[in-house]
Amino acid sequence: MNKKSDDRLLNWLDERFNISPFLDFMKHKQVPIHKHSVWYYMGGVALFLFMVQVLTGILLLLYYQPGVDSSYESIRFIVTKVNFGWLIRSLHSWSANLLVLFIFIHMFSTFFTGAFKNPRELTWLSGFILLALALGFGFSGYLLPWNELAFFATKVGTDITGAVPLVGKAIKIFLRGSEDVTGGTLLRFYAFHVAIIPAIFTFVLSVHLLFIQRQGMHEPDFYKKLPREKQKTIAFFPDFFLKDILLWLIVLNILLFLAVFFPWDIGIKADPFASAPQGIRPEWYFMFMFQTLKLLPAHILFIEGEIVGVLMFGVGGVAWMLLPFWAGKINAQIRTRVLTTLGLLVVAFILVMTIIGYVM
Amino acid sequence: MSVLKLQPYKIFTVLITGMVLLGPGLVSGEKQLAYTSNTCLACHKDEEVLPEDFFKQDIHFISGILCADCHGGDSAEEDEELAMSARRGFTGVPSKRQIPAFCGKCHSKIEYMRVYRPRIATDQVQQYLQSVHGKKLGQGDEKVADCTSCHSAHRILPASDPRSSTHALNVPQTCKKCHSNSIYMKEYNIPTDQFEQYAKSVHGMALMDKGDLASPACNDCHGNHGATPPGLESISHVCGTCHLNNMQYFSDSKMGEAFVEQKLHGCEECHGNHGIQSTSDNLLGIGEKAICMNCHEQGDDGYITADALHKMLRRVVSLYDSAKVKRNKVQQIGMDDIEIGFLLQEAKQSIVQARTLIHTFDTVKVGQKTAEGYKKTKQAVILADNTINDFYVRRYGFGAATFFITILIVALFFKIREIDKQKRA
Repeated sequence: MNKKSDDRLLNWLDERFNISPFLDFMKHKQVPIHKHSVWYYMGGVALFLFMVQVLTGILLLLYYQPGVDSSYESIRFIVTKVNFGWLIRSLHSWSANLLVLFIFIHMFSTFFTGAFKNPRELTWLSGFILLALALGFGFSGYLLPWNELAFFATKVGTDITGAVPLVGKAIKIFLRGSEDVTGGTLLRFYAFHVAIIPAIFTFVLSVHLLFIQRQGMHEPDFYKKLPREKQKTIAFFPDFFLKDILLWLIVLNILLFLAVFFPWDIGIKADPFASAPQGIRPEWYFMFMFQTLKLLPAHILFIEGEIVGVLMFGVGGVAWMLLPFWAGKINAQIRTRVLTTLGLLVVAFILVMTIIGYVM
Repeated sequence: MSVLKLQPYKIFTVLITGMVLLGPGLVSGEKQLAYTSNTCLACHKDEEVLPEDFFKQDIHFISGILCADCHGGDSAEEDEELAMSARRGFTGVPSKRQIPAFCGKCHSKIEYMRVYRPRIATDQVQQYLQSVHGKKLGQGDEKVADCTSCHSAHRILPASDPRSSTHALNVPQTCKKCHSNSIYMKEYNIPTDQFEQYAKSVHGMALMDKGDLASPACNDCHGNHGATPPGLESISHVCGTCHLNNMQYFSDSKMGEAFVEQKLHGCEECHGNHGIQSTSDNLLGIGEKAICMNCHEQGDDGYITADALHKMLRRVVSLYDSAKVKRNKVQQIGMDDIEIGFLLQEAKQSIVQARTLIHTFDTVKVGQKTAEGYKKTKQAVILADNTINDFYVRRYGFGAATFFITILIVALFFKIREIDKQKRA
């Protein structure tokens, strides 16, 4: 397609949809360049990995059959008989893990660079919801192969939700579909994984991206203080966009490497009547919570340790979600120091508990 | 008022009331009978002289068979003297020697028993009288088992009930009560370690540890009512009840003929009896554990045959074992092992058949079967090797893909630099 026909198509579209303002916006959108610019790309990588998830997920859907007698068998069929099925399945698993990792990196970079502050409260809030949904994706997807580890990890995981005071039992039954993890749970998780969470995720992600595009990239305080002529920028399109693509290709290469050299195994088929095998553990991104609950004493004062733990994570999670709304109230002089210390403590806590979880 | 004039709802009310009142009586009438019109039970219960082993789940009791149906007398009579008078047919407690006939009153009559179970056997007493227990009882030995020794008197449960002393899982314990008691069995001059041996045997462990009801208990080899030690001729038939092919091959072999001539104990000679252990390929051949060497000597025909059979078997089994390891690897790396599994299943079948054919002591027959198994195993090995190879080919494929992606990355990198330069200029 040459330039002339490009213009004709754009004109044709513009007449009907008035896209000129959007094109102007894209042309003039600038991204600041400074020592922390690298963190701008983390959200883009997470977006790319989400796209990989959607694509590979749709391909897996063509063959996956949920059910106690068919889930494991269909996964086995996918990885052994379907052309490149092994690759798609392995990519889906690896990409899922990297997606959560990059969402965490993106979140903490946003936190430490102070990008969550006014006027980006709702961007932070929608980002937190996306993190929660991504964890929901992980938790629901983990059970779908219906293998031994997934079955017992889901059992333990849903049991923990049962410790939430008042509503815990109802949540547990809602998640499981009955008192225990059964074929009904599998179908339910399948519905969460391929319909409910994707629908909500897509909506929240659209809102999140819209907010970012409307408000532009966050400029750190030190950057804002620079004289106007020293505030370097690059055009979002094509400069920043091409760099994004470059990074995405590198991530794709890493993904392929992981999928080929460390293919995800399918484990042993779940047997609900068998005793739990050794080494039952949740996925790595739940490990810090799981390990904390394990280390808590049976009783703290007069309350069960597990309930205290679940409440602690609940309150902590809500506080983290509402961060932009209360952080602004901290004395401006000590705000940065307080928040940085808090953030470092949270990161250290997550890292230490995760490491203990894998070592112990 | 005629019935026809009644309103439909009134008819309905009458019917429902009638059903409520009569229903329970109709449903449990038979059981009610055993309690309400059984004066024997009523008095014996009041005076606390019920038999020691009295159990309400007893099959006779729940079937509505009254005390008087076995012991005679009149269970409808309230007067104790009359109820238990000879005139009313009261026989009381039977003596030990009377017990078989006492039970046989009903259990030997098909016209009576078929009311309860159309296909029930009625030859138990006849068999018992032919058994070692029955014969000895006939000779006046009152220490031997009678019907109640195994079944109890008033706590009889069907053999299919896991609580029953004659349920397959409980039979070894039931026989053990007397047969493992060396003091009790002293005068009979027979071993008392059968249970001990059986418990450690392949059969005993399968039955008692794993609850495998297909595994034989004492009665499956010795019979139950007609219990007797199997004679010399019948040993292979006893084992052959389950191990049919082994028995047939052995009986038709030269070895089988020689065993008969030399009055050797068929299967038992090599495998033992109560303490029979799981077999292994090393029981065959000329090695240290080989049973063949108990009778054969170096250089004789048996020695040569045993050696040849063992080698044939080991050749296929060792290839099969290595194929299994390869299959595990295929599984582990997430490749398709289904076809390999099918081939190994067929190979396993040939190995099992070859192991059975060992009892023909025919190197040609065993050779054909092991060759069959070897061929299938070899195919599985080749397929496993190819599959493992395919796994690595994927990596080369990835190498090609990554090469093109890397070129794209480098090209993009230069393009970005070019744009940057143009901007700066």
